[in-house]
This record gives sequence, C-alpha cells and structure tokens, in this order.
Amino acid sequence: MSEAASPRPGALARAWDSDFLYSFRHSPVALIAALVLLAVVAGAVFSHWLAPHDPFDLASLSLLDSFKPPVFWGADADWAYPLGTDDQGRDLLSGIMYGTRISLLVGVLAIGFALTVGITVGLVAGYMGGAVDSLLMRMADVQLTFPAILIALLVDGVVRAVLPRAFHDKVELYVLVFAIGIARWPQFARTVRGSTLVERGREYVMAARVIGLTSSKIMVSHILPNVLGPVLVIATLNLGLAILDEATLSFLGVGLPPTQPSLGTLIRIGNDFLFSGEWWVTIFPGITLAVLVLSINLLGDWLRDALNPRLR
Amino acid sequence: MFAFIISRLLQAIPVLLVVGFISYAMFAFVGDPVSIMLGQDFTEAQRVQLVHQLGLDQPFFVQYAHYMWATLHGEFGISYRLARPVSDLILERLPATIELALTAAVLALLIGVPMGVYTGIRRNGVLARAFMIFSLVGVSLPTFLIGILLILVFAVVLGWLPSFGRGDVVHFSHWSTGFLTISGLRSLVLPAITLGMFQMTLIMRLVRSEMMEVLRSDYVKFARARGLSERVINFGHALKNTLVPVITIVGLQIGGLLGFSIVTETVFQWPGMGLLLVQSIGVADIPVMSAYLMLIALVFVGINLIVDLLYYAVDPRLRVDRRALTGAR
Repeated sequence: MSEAASPRPGALARAWDSDFLYSFRHSPVALIAALVLLAVVAGAVFSHWLAPHDPFDLASLSLLDSFKPPVFWGADADWAYPLGTDDQGRDLLSGIMYGTRISLLVGVLAIGFALTVGITVGLVAGYMGGAVDSLLMRMADVQLTFPAILIALLVDGVVRAVLPRAFHDKVELYVLVFAIGIARWPQFARTVRGSTLVERGREYVMAARVIGLTSSKIMVSHILPNVLGPVLVIATLNLGLAILDEATLSFLGVGLPPTQPSLGTLIRIGNDFLFSGEWWVTIFPGITLAVLVLSINLLGDWLRDALNPRLR
Repeated sequence: MFAFIISRLLQAIPVLLVVGFISYAMFAFVGDPVSIMLGQDFTEAQRVQLVHQLGLDQPFFVQYAHYMWATLHGEFGISYRLARPVSDLILERLPATIELALTAAVLALLIGVPMGVYTGIRRNGVLARAFMIFSLVGVSLPTFLIGILLILVFAVVLGWLPSFGRGDVVHFSHWSTGFLTISGLRSLVLPAITLGMFQMTLIMRLVRSEMMEVLRSDYVKFARARGLSERVINFGHALKNTLVPVITIVGLQIGGLLGFSIVTETVFQWPGMGLLLVQSIGVADIPVMSAYLMLIALVFVGINLIVDLLYYAVDPRLRVDRRALTGAR
C-alpha cells in the first residue's frame, strides 16, 4: 500500500496494519489463546455480576444442595449449578470465577512487585557499576540457584512465624504477593542490568550527564524507557509461573485460607473428596488453572517472537 | 584444573556463610525457644540457667559462630513440633526423598531422550506433533495437578496403584529402601511420574532442538555422503553430540527435583523431607526450617560445583556461557 495513492488512513487502521498486529492476526494460536484468556479474565473480573451465585453469601447456602454433580453427570444434577456444588453446597462455577479473580490478582501484584524491585536493582547495578554492581548481582546469582517456589515457601513460612495468627489471615494475600515477588526479582534485575550497561555508553546519556542531570533523573527518565521492552516480555512469561506459584502454595496449605479461596485453595479443598467420587470439586478448578496458565504462556511465547525482529 | 577447583570452592564458601547467616537469623529472632522449652511453671533462676545453657546470653556473632560450628557437626537443634533432634528427623526422611528424586530423574531421562530424538528426526510426523503438544501441556500443568489427575485415573477409577505413602520398606541400619518390596515399587510409580514430568518435557524439548541443530551440520552431511545408514548417523553421530548439554541440564535440574519434591510429597503423603518441611512451615517449626535451608544450600552448592567441573572436563568452550544453558523455572 503506497502512502501517496490511498487517502491517509486513520490511526486505528494504521495500527491494524502494523507489523505487530499483522503477526497477531496471522497467528491462529495467539488469536485463540487471546480469546480464551479474555473470556477467563472477563469472567473473573466481573464475577460479582456474572456469577450465578455469591459463594460468600452464607444465607443462600443449603447443605441439601451439597455435592450436586455437574449437569452432564447423573440424574441428581440441577441446572442452577452447571458445574455442580462442593461439600457446603456452594456453586462451583461461581466459586471458580471468584477464585480466578483472586489468583489473577495475586499473580499480577506479585509480578508488579518483582518488576519494581528487579528494575530498580538492575538500573542501579548497571548504571553505578563497580562494587555496588558486583554485590547486587552476586545476590541475584545466589538466589537464582534455588527454585523460586522454595524461596516463596520459606519467605511465607518466616512471615507466618513472625505475625500473630489472626492478623496473618487478614494480610495473607499481601504476604503471598511479597513471597512470590521476592522469589522472582533476580531474572528481571539481570535483564535490566544487561540493557542498562549498553545504554549507559550511548550519547544521549552522556549529553544528559553533561547538562548536569542527577543520576537518579537520568536512570528513571532517560534509561528506563529504553530498557523496558525486553523485561516486559519476560514479565508476561513470568505471570503464568507466578499464578502457578500462588496455586502451589495455596495447595500446600500455606497460602490463602478457605475464607478467601483462590484456585489453588479450591483444588486443595476438592482433593479431600477425590476418593469419595466427587471428582468435579477439584477437577474443574484444576482445568481452569491449566487453561489460564496455558493461554498466558502461549501469548507470551508469541509476544517474544513477534517483538524479536531477528525471527521475522 | 587444580586452581579452577580451588577457586570454585572458595566461591562456594561465602554463599554457604550467607545462607547460614539467614538461617541463623531465622533461628534467633523468630519465635522464643526459652519460653517454649520452659513451659508454664518456672522460676527466674531456671530461666537464666536455660538462657545460659543455650548460650543466648552471648554476643550475636559468638552465637552465630556456635551455630555454624554445630551445623558443621550435623546438630540442628530440637524440633518445636515433634520435640526430637532435627538431625534424626532429617536422617529418617532423607532416603525417601532421595529414592523418589533419583527414580524421577532416571524416568525423565529414559523417556525424555528417545522422545526428543524421535521428534527431532521425524519433525512433521503425526506422533512427533502429538509429543510436542503433550510436552506443552506438561509444562503448563502444575505439578500438584498432574499428581491429582494421576491419582484420579490410576488409583480411584482404575484402582491399579496406591495413591499415598511409601508401601513396605526394608531397613539397612540408617537407610530404608522401598526398592526391594512389591508394594514399595508400586507406591513409587505415581509420585515418580508426577515429579519427573516437568524434567521429562524439558529434556525432550532440549534433545529435539539439539538434534535438529546437529542434523543440519556439515559432518552429518558428510556422513550421509559417505553412505552411512540413517541409524548410524542418527545415533552414532548426532545423538552423541547432543548429550553434553543434556547431561549438564539434568545435573542442574536435580536441584529443581528436590525443590519440587515438596509438592509431590504433599500430594502423595510421601514421608520425605519435603513433607516434613511443609508440615513444619504450617506450625512455624523454625529449627526444621533453618536446617532444611542449610541442607538444601549445601546440596545446591555441591551440584553446581560438580556441574562446573563437568563443563571443565567435557568442553572448555562451554564454560564461558553457562547461564544461557540453564533452564530457569
């Protein structure tokens, strides 16, 4: 399409024709993953309006409704509870929608925290260099030798020991965000440090230094915008892992309490009924978790390839 | 070579000292061992005596030195929860975890390498595509969900295999093994598959991409030109050259296996160290937690050291860019 021949297209049309969206429209995997993710996220975010029941409304629960099977499974089923109910008579579909929201919230906040710490450390280490750099990167190296889930587990355990029980249950969500975020910062820090080292030698940084800007001003408003790209791609790929971390911790029983169930908590609760034949209580939250993480991973893979010009 | 070993050993010491410091700080500042050990009734004199006995009236760094010294001798204190020496608890459960991790690693290698070779050679075959989809699902499913699905299918619906515990074990002084009894072996199947699944898909993808790389290289083309059979080329030439990165990744992943065994052991109620740790965290049993941290640090430092030495022995070129090879999860 030549600029001169056709009338100047609007901003939307130009965006639609950009390389980035072109590769998106022509990747069926990315399209399907995005649609699935959109559906899951919408169901979670708007769970207050979309969910058929309120799983936290104790007045609406009736033990007579407990362990209803999903609608395609047996005659006892009830269309009011499409995916069946758990031991308390809570609607499973609504529980999953509310639980997905908590899982997403913890995952996004944890990655946000890890990004903040990682970018700060990476910028400072890369820009300052010298002893500060070696000390910070040495810390990152030591932490990278351990699996993230182990670090999150130990951090969570120590906080659990320090805080009083009642208070702890109230702030557990933030404790999880802290534990998972702390376990995942080194990767971001290393990436940002690498790009900062390259940017530091560029002329615009030199110019900024010559006109007398402070180091922090140069780091935040000049270098940061130029190193943000790669680290955001890594953040996408890490979001899936952070959601899995949260689910794993909650499954192990050191995560969110049953009053505030995430997908991992729902799976743990349902696990107790696996042997008595009520498989749906654990399997449906499990499938939701797997679909959520799989679509995030597929989108992250596509994003990485689409933003890497060498692969075109 | 000798200088290299020494320098690696010297680098490992600060890491261990730092981890030791963290685990000591946990020990010292979290919880109050004196009030836990004294119980309800005590006099001031008893309290002072106990504080003196435990060495808690000494300066912080003296206590830290004592702690490290005791750790070096395998003394980790007494579990708050079970009121038994932590070292005994860990010794009891170590064999279960080691047997599980080893079986999982062997399983991952025995299944992952052939699958990787096959998908590397028959890139577009139906079976190869099925393997690739399977590996994607394997990476996206969390470990505990794989375990639950296996239990549902093989223990609840089909009833073929036990779903929890270690079965009958045979004792050899300090070591207990489940390898020698039928029920022990049957109990091992599901947990080992669960734990090995991630490693298996990782190895499969690695072998596949290495195979594809090597099959494009000049010496494989020459081997074809010489008229060697496909079999000799694929296994004699190509596979051999893909094994260097595979060995190192597997080595580094043994640490990851120990980490993820926490989850597997909880799903299957496997009486190993991971289950001990999870139970201890639930009730804030600090001595067990700090001992676990120290031990796992020792294991990881040891594994990294061995892998570094392997690099040195196998291929000096690889030493330069180790990080790029390390799969992170």
